Amino acid sequence: MRIARTLATAIVGSVLALPALAGATLDAVKARGFVQCGVNLGLYGFSAPDDKGNWAGLDVDVCRAVAAALFGDANKVKYTPLSAQQRLPALQAGEVDLLARNTTWTLTRDTANGLDFTTPNYFDGQGFMVSRKLGVKSGKDLDGATICVLPGTTTEQNLADYFRANKMSFKPVVIEKNEELNSAFFSGRCDALSSDASQLAGIRAGQAANPDEWVILPDLISKEPLTPAVRQGDPQWTDVVRWSQYAMIYAEEKGVTSRTVSSSLKSPDPDLQRLLGVTAGNGKALGLDERWAFNIIMQVGNYGESFERNVGKESRLKLDRGLNALYTNGGLMYAMPPR
Amino acid sequence: MNPSSWIKANLFNSPVNSLLTVLALALLGQVVPPLVDWAVVRASWGPGDPETCRRAGGACWTLLTEKHRLMLFGVYPYDQHWRPLLAMALFVALLAVSANRRFWRPWLGGAWLLTVVVIGILMWGGVLGLVPVETSQWGGLPLTLVIAVLAIAMAFPFSILLALGRRSELPAIKALSVGYIELVRGVPLVSVLFMASVMFPLFLPEGITIDKVLRALVGMTLFTAAYLAEAVRGGLQAIPKGQFEAADALGLSYWQGMRLIVLPQALRLVIPPIVNQFITCFKDTSLVTIVGLYDLLAATKAALNDPGWRPFFVEGYLAAAAVYFCFCFFMSRYSQWLERELAKGTR
Repeated sequence: MRIARTLATAIVGSVLALPALAGATLDAVKARGFVQCGVNLGLYGFSAPDDKGNWAGLDVDVCRAVAAALFGDANKVKYTPLSAQQRLPALQAGEVDLLARNTTWTLTRDTANGLDFTTPNYFDGQGFMVSRKLGVKSGKDLDGATICVLPGTTTEQNLADYFRANKMSFKPVVIEKNEELNSAFFSGRCDALSSDASQLAGIRAGQAANPDEWVILPDLISKEPLTPAVRQGDPQWTDVVRWSQYAMIYAEEKGVTSRTVSSSLKSPDPDLQRLLGVTAGNGKALGLDERWAFNIIMQVGNYGESFERNVGKESRLKLDRGLNALYTNGGLMYAMPPR
Repeated sequence: MNPSSWIKANLFNSPVNSLLTVLALALLGQVVPPLVDWAVVRASWGPGDPETCRRAGGACWTLLTEKHRLMLFGVYPYDQHWRPLLAMALFVALLAVSANRRFWRPWLGGAWLLTVVVIGILMWGGVLGLVPVETSQWGGLPLTLVIAVLAIAMAFPFSILLALGRRSELPAIKALSVGYIELVRGVPLVSVLFMASVMFPLFLPEGITIDKVLRALVGMTLFTAAYLAEAVRGGLQAIPKGQFEAADALGLSYWQGMRLIVLPQALRLVIPPIVNQFITCFKDTSLVTIVGLYDLLAATKAALNDPGWRPFFVEGYLAAAAVYFCFCFFMSRYSQWLERELAKGTR
């Protein structure tokens, strides 16, 4: 028995003690010629194949940005669709270099699971959707309500926690399949539907006969900062991914878009000159070409463009910027200065 | 017999039967008109968007017009779809030829090998000017077929060896076979695939990965073989002892006796359970979505993931079900024909 336990510990230990040598990932990816990116099997707006089977979404754009920074070609990505259970082992085992799969940044994942998070690319939170006719204004009005929810996810747990904390009660209607859950809600079996706010907007846009009849309540009952992750122990690679994301946010702060980035090369603004590699230095520090940020903005666009294209006004989700607006507009998107 | 007397003789030949006939007709009258109304009359056909469907109010076959390529081919590069299409056509042609007893000649084995190689070249590319396509991009019906057919083709011979091993008088071989069969049958396929996809990579050195399709394929093969082995063993047990003794008396070696006398009789007896297992295997391929592969069902789900089309999931799943049904129905009809064909000698 003890031998078995020692052996098991040794095996698990050696598996978890695999973090690559500093800098190894960047060199390996460069030598390979493409980025291996772990994405969702299909979450519209974040990562999903479009009608032509091409990957698109907010998470996919992070993969594309990193590829553009490394190779000057945003298409040099190999996408590995991963299920929720598969995603962490796949990253630990080196099957993917980067996990951009709507993963919430939590303490446990940051420490015990051997991940390093870069910076959130979408601030989500669990919310409620109700019928406008119900006249409910806040989550606090939902005492005694029947609530439709998916089983076995943190969603169910958050819901129970929220109601216990506010000394309220609710009757859960738990349905395994998304489509059935949503049709149950729209056919009136529940007073409210609870899921991540970004999901609720998509469900309302797609499945409601008349989207205007349904409201998403303003209160969010959980924090879900969706953040790309890399393996722990390779700071250089973490830097590359993190600054690729910052470059997109910074470009939006500076008003540089994929259309204007070429003319911005002539801008007298020293911050922009450093970002776009007119003044050399950033690229060398990251181990990349000096045009890294230029290539990202040229091929993927700034954060705002990526947002609107995938989940915002130009998409079917029609999400508001909300928490994901720039800090100058009351949101949380804030790029560290690239100098 | 004219129609009215046939009806009298078959549908209204007793009070109970008359009542049942009337009830059945009433039920059909309740179900069929709304179904036809939904599926045909108010249905929306041809190209369009979700709004077209919503206005039509019936079945949304527009979904299939708009999304059929994603459903059929998954994330395979769009401009290369002719390759999996051609591969499937070749494959169906090969099946049609193989189904015919006239062509059961040694060259058929060669034809299979050749077709598998050609299909491999078409799917992978990288030679003859074809763009290389990695297995991670394979998807849809071609992936379902590749996994199902290769798993069945590899599991079948393996299962015969296992069944013979289980009846062997050599203790080591017998123990190995029994152990293998019981172990694999004792766990669900989902957990085998899960081990292959989640646990297995953790034990490999970093950077070394084994192709996902291969992992799923090996998992399916090992699993199907264990079940098939028990079906084959059932056939072996049904062969009278005299047949084995006759083979020995003729001076045939063990393998000759098995190949020429025992197995041809045993396998014929167990065609129904074997085909049963083939059909199960074909449908079980939909579980490979756990490994992150887009088989037909997963690709259909991906197509339905687009918020605009989500309300029309019934139509999407119906289409996927129809494809599965075609293949399974073909297998089951063929096995019935094969049973009759092979039983000619005993009539």
